[in-house]
Amino acid sequence: MTLTRKTAAELASSIKSGEVSAVEVTRAHLDRIAEVDGPAESGVHAFLHVDTDSALAAAAVVDQKRADGDELGPLAGVPLALKDVITTADMPTTAGSKLLEGWRPPYDATITRRLREAGIVILGKTNLDEFAMGSSTENSAFGPSRNPWDLTRIPGGSGGGSAASLAAFEAPLAIGTDTGGSIRQPAAVTGTVGVKPTYGGVSRYGLIACASSLDQAGPCARTVLDAALLHSVIAGHDPNDSTSIDQPVPDIVAAARKGADGDLSGLRVGVVKELGGEGYQAGVEARFNDAVALLSKLGAEVVEVSCPHFAYALPAYYLILPSEVSSNLARFDAMRYGLRLGDDGTRSAEEVMSLTRGAGFGAEAKRRIMLGTYALSSGYYDAYYGQAQKVRTLVARDFDAAFAKADVLVSPTTPTTAFPIGEKVDDPLAMYKNDLCTIPSNLAGNASASFPCGLADEDGLPVGLHVMAPVLADDRLYRVGAAVEQAYAAQWGGTLLEQAPALDGRRGESATADRGVVS
Amino acid sequence: MPSISREEVAHLARLARLDLAPDELDHLAGQLDQILGAVAQVTEVAADDIPPTSHALPLTNVYRDDEPRPCLPAESVLAAAPAAEDGRFRVPQILGEEA
Repeated sequence: MTLTRKTAAELASSIKSGEVSAVEVTRAHLDRIAEVDGPAESGVHAFLHVDTDSALAAAAVVDQKRADGDELGPLAGVPLALKDVITTADMPTTAGSKLLEGWRPPYDATITRRLREAGIVILGKTNLDEFAMGSSTENSAFGPSRNPWDLTRIPGGSGGGSAASLAAFEAPLAIGTDTGGSIRQPAAVTGTVGVKPTYGGVSRYGLIACASSLDQAGPCARTVLDAALLHSVIAGHDPNDSTSIDQPVPDIVAAARKGADGDLSGLRVGVVKELGGEGYQAGVEARFNDAVALLSKLGAEVVEVSCPHFAYALPAYYLILPSEVSSNLARFDAMRYGLRLGDDGTRSAEEVMSLTRGAGFGAEAKRRIMLGTYALSSGYYDAYYGQAQKVRTLVARDFDAAFAKADVLVSPTTPTTAFPIGEKVDDPLAMYKNDLCTIPSNLAGNASASFPCGLADEDGLPVGLHVMAPVLADDRLYRVGAAVEQAYAAQWGGTLLEQAPALDGRRGESATADRGVVS
Repeated sequence: MPSISREEVAHLARLARLDLAPDELDHLAGQLDQILGAVAQVTEVAADDIPPTSHALPLTNVYRDDEPRPCLPAESVLAAAPAAEDGRFRVPQILGEEA
């Protein structure tokens, strides 16, 4: 099996045993990126920046440590694709925006630091919707990423680059961030695994803020165990993030290993009645129903639960999120970092600020800033923002009631499979509906994940099983995910991604040259 | 259902420090109207006695010990600035000439 097809756990173990070097592993992935990622106009375009030199140097350090007899961590030497909304002192960080094109942050995010300390090799930075706002990567200022299952379709968003890099076998691990579904929806539409940890479970220090009360970074991988291993590297308390939870992280790796036994007896699974029906693609519902039947077969007790306020989660989210966004994105003022336009000695700071922001932000960022400015303005605050915050309380109470009847809840991750690029780009309401099932967990802060559960009959594209667990019960996601994964592997004779079409090789660029920003 | 005029959109753009082209204002006015019409559903929920949630999980204020810590070196911060002079951010004039 080629190195790029192996799981992160397999790669780490081969590196540890000396069967293969970390440099060889990194080079194999850089070669694969050179083969399928470009050109930006027609390739997978998962990456905005690939840093060949520093990746190979980081891999060489792992090989040296092994030669010196040092203890290696469980993912040492394994390559990773980092969403370009997380700061890296040695690579540009753009958040998919023209406003930050070429920006070199003066510091590493806590996530970045933890990855480096674990010996994980950061290959580069992945594409996203501008400031992580979108469900398709079409809002990236640097052009969309493409779904490896069908290059004419979206890979989800905002973390479409991270998910596409996994599905294209460019990296075995990736980091995503999830404000309303940006880890889980891309995972669902690319046939990969994505976990949104409990809010506060992973530090936000160095994560460029979208909506601070909702944002949460998490692991993306091709297998449940790999996601658990990565989760345990990045999770844990960070004094630099005042919302970081100062409690032990549940033993998610043990949960993933336990789940792989395929025994879910004693587990109560709640099917959320409201997350299905009208607006859901038939093939998505069919695969979801199969997954529920499978959970029963694995010993789980399946019950139906009702969460009546989930219907209002989407509208509440599209008031709360833009309000926070309009405030957070005020920091892009053309004064301290990023783009500055029109500073000709005659214009005032305010005029330069407006010109820069008007030209620098894309259409969706502007829409959300304007919406938030409206929702927070006097006269509308109570009716919109204030009311949305009350709905947020009701959504959390629905979860509490449901978790009294079930240990985990399930739904489809997204109402549809991957749609064609361009189809919804100027139809914001249609685009927002992608996050119908994922948003409630962001509002309530509980842990959720998406696991592959098959292909829709009508289009042959991946469907995701959405599993929701209570706050700080992230381990339950991994137990369920691993149990489902092993059952499907037996049924399909392998992983879902093995059914994905092979991408045409477009070998041309040298993998050993720094490709820089490929936008 | 709320309705938002082009003038209101232009006013919001000024508040948000977004210099928008006339066609952008037109396009946004229609879209914001549509989005606000949809999100106004939250007003249907009877929630008078429900406390608002600003944050997913309960938070308490966090203090750290009052000990000096190293901060980022000024050079590395200014290196990313659009303009710098004498070890400081250089910005366009803040006050008008008549001020």
